[in-house]
Amino acid sequence: MIEIGLGHYLSLGAIIFFLGVIGIFLNRKNVIVILMSIELILLSVNINLISFSIFSGDIVGQIFTMLILTVAAAEAAIGLAIIVIYYRNRGSIRVEDIHGMKG
Amino acid sequence: MLAHSVFFYFFSIIAIFSSLMVITSRSTINSVFFLILDFISVGCLFIMVGAEFLGMIILIVYVGAVAVLFLFVVMMLNVAEQKQSWFIGKKSTHIPIGLIVSVLILLELLVVVGGWKYKNDLMSSSTLNLSDISNTHQLGLVMYTDYILYFQLAGVILLLSMIGAILLTFRQRKGVKKQSYLNQISRNPSSSIELKDVESYKGVKIDD
Repeated sequence: MIEIGLGHYLSLGAIIFFLGVIGIFLNRKNVIVILMSIELILLSVNINLISFSIFSGDIVGQIFTMLILTVAAAEAAIGLAIIVIYYRNRGSIRVEDIHGMKG
Repeated sequence: MLAHSVFFYFFSIIAIFSSLMVITSRSTINSVFFLILDFISVGCLFIMVGAEFLGMIILIVYVGAVAVLFLFVVMMLNVAEQKQSWFIGKKSTHIPIGLIVSVLILLELLVVVGGWKYKNDLMSSSTLNLSDISNTHQLGLVMYTDYILYFQLAGVILLLSMIGAILLTFRQRKGVKKQSYLNQISRNPSSSIELKDVESYKGVKIDD
């Protein structure tokens, strides 16, 4: 337990991924929390990539982490813009009020 | 080595606790603050494990840009009155399905632990930093040579997201005075300057 290895970091990534998925499914509040759960999932993917990159001595994992970080920032900007225009049109962003496509 | 494990457990317990609080806290603004705490602790983990550049980038990009973007949206929208607990209200069918999927994903953690128990020679092969150059230097040597195409594609993705966000939230309001460049550059002195003779002690009435 004292020696910190790859398994510790992978376990941390798996737990954060699990919490992010639970946050998507169990959410009854607003859509912003769902976007934050997606950010948590991308963060856990980053933890996995960086720990494999460090513990196997290959730098390419960190480059993919930078690309994932770019995509996460772009996704947050677009998602928040969509939320803003949805709120402007409908006046609510609660999850159960969004049923325009009968889904 | 003891300090490494102590700091690992410290930051990872903070990360897990704050990500739990992101999905369970009652108001959205608290969720955003716990998200910031989560990003900071994971960034410290990255710095601790040896990826200093990406730890700093996570602090700059996530805490400095993305979380502040979330804070702005929470501030602008009226989400404070939309608090609601999970299981009150009408029955929904997605909660048990979501619990099943989440527990399945947590069971995949067993795969991680199993591989850690039975194949731990992968972990012991930490041949990190054979060369004596720094992490940032290594990253730059690979990113700008072998992965230059992906680097530029990432830039294109950022440009597209910027254009998309501006186009989505742009609207034209009625009754707002704006600067018209075409009118400004197409006027000439004969249409815009009027000369008047001023009599003494009379003045000129311009407004009528």
